[in-house]
Amino acid sequence: MTGAGSFSVPGYGPRRAGWTRIFARDSVARRLDWPMLLAALALSAIGSVLVFSATRNRTEINQGDQYYFLIRHIMNTGIGFAMMAGTVWLGHRTLRTAVPILYGASVFLILLVLTPLGATINGSRNWIVFGGGFSLQPAEFVKITIILGMAMMLAARVDAGDKKYPDHRTVLQSLGLAAVPILIVLLMPDLGTVLVLLTIILGVLLASGASNRWVFGLITAGVVGCIAIWQLHILDEYQINRFAAFANPALDPAGVGYNTNQARIAIGSGGLTGAGLFHGSQTTGQFVPEQQTDFVFTVAGEELGFVGAGLIILLLGVVLWRACRIARDSTELYGTVVAAGIVAWFAFQTFENIGMTLGIMPVTGLPLPFVSYGGSSMFAIWIAVGLLQSIRVQRPMSA
Amino acid sequence: MTNIPETGRTPRVQIRLVVIQILVLSLLGTLGGRLWYLQIREGSQYAKEASGNHVQQVVDPAVRGSILDARGVALADNETRLVVSASRTDLLKMKDDGKAVLTKLAGVLGMKPKEVMQRVRLCDAKTPQPCWNGSPFQPIPITDEATPRQAMQIRERSEDFPGITAEPEALRRYPGPGKSNTAQVLGYLSPVTDEEIQKAKDTNSPYLRSDQVGRSGLERQYDRELRGKAGVTRYEVDNLGRVIGKAKSDAAQAGSSLVTSIDSRVQRVAEYELDNAMKIARTQYDKVTGEKYKADSGAVVVMEAKTGRIVAMASAPTYDPNVWIGGISAKDYKQLTGKDSDYPLLNRAIQGQSAPGSTFKVVSTAAAVQAGYAWDGGYPCTSSYSVGGQVFKNFEGESFGPISLGRALEVSCDTVFYGLADREWKKDGGINPKKGEPKDYFYKTAHQFGLGKQTGIDLPNEVTGRVPDRQWKQDYWKANKDAWCKSGKKGGTYVEKIEYEGCLEGYKMREGDSINYSIGQGDTLLTPIQEAMIYGALANGGTEHVPTIGKAIISADGKTVKEIQPQVLRKLPISEATHKGIDKALAGVITSGTAAWKFKGWPQDKITLHAKTGTAEVYGKQTTSWLATYSKDYTVVMTIAQAGTGSGASGEAVRSIYSALYGVQPDGSIDNKKALLPTPQQGLPKVKTDGTIASPKVAKDPAKELHANDNASPSPGGTQPAATTASPTSTNRTTRRRPRRRGSRRMLT
Repeated sequence: MTGAGSFSVPGYGPRRAGWTRIFARDSVARRLDWPMLLAALALSAIGSVLVFSATRNRTEINQGDQYYFLIRHIMNTGIGFAMMAGTVWLGHRTLRTAVPILYGASVFLILLVLTPLGATINGSRNWIVFGGGFSLQPAEFVKITIILGMAMMLAARVDAGDKKYPDHRTVLQSLGLAAVPILIVLLMPDLGTVLVLLTIILGVLLASGASNRWVFGLITAGVVGCIAIWQLHILDEYQINRFAAFANPALDPAGVGYNTNQARIAIGSGGLTGAGLFHGSQTTGQFVPEQQTDFVFTVAGEELGFVGAGLIILLLGVVLWRACRIARDSTELYGTVVAAGIVAWFAFQTFENIGMTLGIMPVTGLPLPFVSYGGSSMFAIWIAVGLLQSIRVQRPMSA
Repeated sequence: MTNIPETGRTPRVQIRLVVIQILVLSLLGTLGGRLWYLQIREGSQYAKEASGNHVQQVVDPAVRGSILDARGVALADNETRLVVSASRTDLLKMKDDGKAVLTKLAGVLGMKPKEVMQRVRLCDAKTPQPCWNGSPFQPIPITDEATPRQAMQIRERSEDFPGITAEPEALRRYPGPGKSNTAQVLGYLSPVTDEEIQKAKDTNSPYLRSDQVGRSGLERQYDRELRGKAGVTRYEVDNLGRVIGKAKSDAAQAGSSLVTSIDSRVQRVAEYELDNAMKIARTQYDKVTGEKYKADSGAVVVMEAKTGRIVAMASAPTYDPNVWIGGISAKDYKQLTGKDSDYPLLNRAIQGQSAPGSTFKVVSTAAAVQAGYAWDGGYPCTSSYSVGGQVFKNFEGESFGPISLGRALEVSCDTVFYGLADREWKKDGGINPKKGEPKDYFYKTAHQFGLGKQTGIDLPNEVTGRVPDRQWKQDYWKANKDAWCKSGKKGGTYVEKIEYEGCLEGYKMREGDSINYSIGQGDTLLTPIQEAMIYGALANGGTEHVPTIGKAIISADGKTVKEIQPQVLRKLPISEATHKGIDKALAGVITSGTAAWKFKGWPQDKITLHAKTGTAEVYGKQTTSWLATYSKDYTVVMTIAQAGTGSGASGEAVRSIYSALYGVQPDGSIDNKKALLPTPQQGLPKVKTDGTIASPKVAKDPAKELHANDNASPSPGGTQPAATTASPTSTNRTTRRRPRRRGSRRMLT
């Protein structure tokens, strides 16, 4: 924490020097939400080990270097952590002014994906590949900009004291703001991200105090939309197959049901304490596909058992619980809405990702926050942590 | 830590935030619960699934046990061949999937590279043969005919041939000691099928993909004992089948050896004589059909009379059992089983059934005694017997006047038995039997002799034969009446008339049926093994045994010997006096009866033979010949289809078999040194300390030795087997003159 000094926010409290500044009662370091930060760091550390275990033998993807994924995962975590620090340093209030630019930039990036610059991986065209092995999933950042954008619009008049709740017009405008990137993501098509975005909208609307009609309307629209998608055959066959395999895991265990089956076998065979790190036969034998990203939880399940996998759920619980506290404790609606959006985002991704490995949710390609390998996701999540910390840091001191 | 008023939050938002928080935590709780369910409650189940997932078995096949004759000579054993195999897992690790190695290997083996690649590829719906049908983790054999030179090349440059092995492997072989063949008795092996693997999965002797399974004969009957238990090495593998570790392994357990009561020398003699008799029959003219005899199939059984053990069993036509080795070709298979084949796979000694003809008269004689007819009553042996408009003729129209039952048996007088059967049929109420059960002595006696069902010999797929009693007539009529009534015509052809009658009253026991039955004609069917069982019982004083071939099962290490004891089936339903009468009559057949012309000069005072000839008529075919004989130790039964009379077709052949057994010379003297088996083989072959079984050397061809001095003194039968030499070897003349020469073939045990 050498750079802890940089957390200090200009204009807050008297100027002090050195250690005093860090440990002063009103210092940024003291005001950070440490339980959340430590839980997030612990998750990242566990994630590194799990990613290493899942990839050290996968010679066909790790370019012959068993540390390939481990090193990159740690680098991603470091960059993410730095982004979090930067976000706290800037502060969510500062970012509020930059929201239109950020929103525009993120929409531009996801539009780029649809151009020949984009690349298709696992059936979704949601990557931009740069030279030198770097690639980006701009949809991850849209999650942040939608939260920030909607929060800005919905909270503007409430925080100004004009209104108690956002009026219908504002709600409509904010929905329009969210609809544009959602439609673009649907074109990729990246169903998983769309579901995350819809959940975020729901969380944001709930926290903004928008009328119940909007909330229920949105839920109804979601249900109707799902039925429509099903009926109109908008989904690709692989997506329908995933649902079919979810409904009946015994279906075609060598094909569609393979992922789910192997994932469940891996987790189930872990037992209470697991096979031991690097000793899981399912993991070592590479029976579970995508095990460093979407199915990383199966490594924990098999090698660390109920104890280790339960710890991951517990740590994610700590992060989510603290995020909820931050939402409730924020004095301004803007902070509350942003925090609630992040809670919805993290919670949905956690539940969907772990749920699909446990066979209680259909398979969609969503990473497990902090744990799964993947740069864009890692950056977005740490930026979100930064936003939460910033909301926490900038709340008025209580007596 | 916080105070709500300070946030200035409206209650609606605050409540909703609490709801979100509860929702989020309950979702996490759900995950935790599900995790507990999978890992703790169902954990062991999934652990099992996981281990099934990543453990692959490599099978080390067990060496199949040998089948030995009574003296320990191998009838079926294993031969070591150099097998070159490729490991798919090793090949797939290479950059080009092993193409370079396989091409190099093809060069060494003198095969085409394409051929080698085809053998290594896995079979699936789209891949035609050749392809590998077994486990992909099993080394795949490329050739089993590698020369030692080729094997050395591969082994010495193992770095050039990664994943290729050249190992000696045991392959089944039927050595045929002393030119014996024994094909149908031994049976054959073929690879196990998927259904069999599935079926035997949960039994205590599951099959392995590489297993060869006995399909017929002894190979099938004693498959479990012979097969042993394959060794299994278990490897942990990853999802692509790459080996990542080794798990528990079981060593292979070699199969036990089966000692049989077959004597390979007697077997050879029996085979030779059967074949020879058929060849001679084909040169004979059949007066009835006006053409030469076809003699298209036949069987001979040599059985120990006191135990029911089979000393020799041959069936013709036959085949070379070695065609099955290393997989039979489609062409060979068609030749053995196709429509145009003469079905050489059938063991006609147990699967061939035909009307027994006069050999059945021993049963009718016993039945007559049971029905109360006196042995010495004077029964008229007229030249024909008329019933209604039908005339039943005696064989070749002979007549002997009033004679005893014994004499009737000896001269094979049909009309005596016609009369007796007809009287019984009338007593039982004729065409419409009176109420209460008809006595049916003639049919009941047949059942008491054990006919109409399997003897229970230790060979698979034995047929039952048939006693055409009232019950059978009923069943047969029910099954066929629709067809008969449809195609039968009152004034049509012979067949149509028969069918018309069958339609009307086929369920009834007609007079003619009973009359025909009494001399073993009509619908009566017996197998050679049933005949052997009956005549064996007559030889030993009236006890029927289960015919057996297996004598003992000896474990591979020679330490455990499980003997197979002869089993008594039943006692014949005849008194001692009747037995003596029959015995005397059958001896008379040799000295003065129907077989006498073939047994001139036989030392009957030293080795008393008994016989009954049979000539059964078959509609649309030439007559089936039967000759059932016994001495005090052995029963020999021979039958040849479409070959004329029992004595005419088989007389010399059966006599030669006895000559071989007892060492009887053509001049009637007995040479004990030349006797193959003057008394039945006692005990088992010796097991050496190393577990192998000692075996004597076998002459090159015992049948040839038997006929070695036929030329010097012509056999009394008139026909000389040497004139139609069965053995095609041109060295016949020289070997015949030479003193006995020991076989030089080295026997592997």
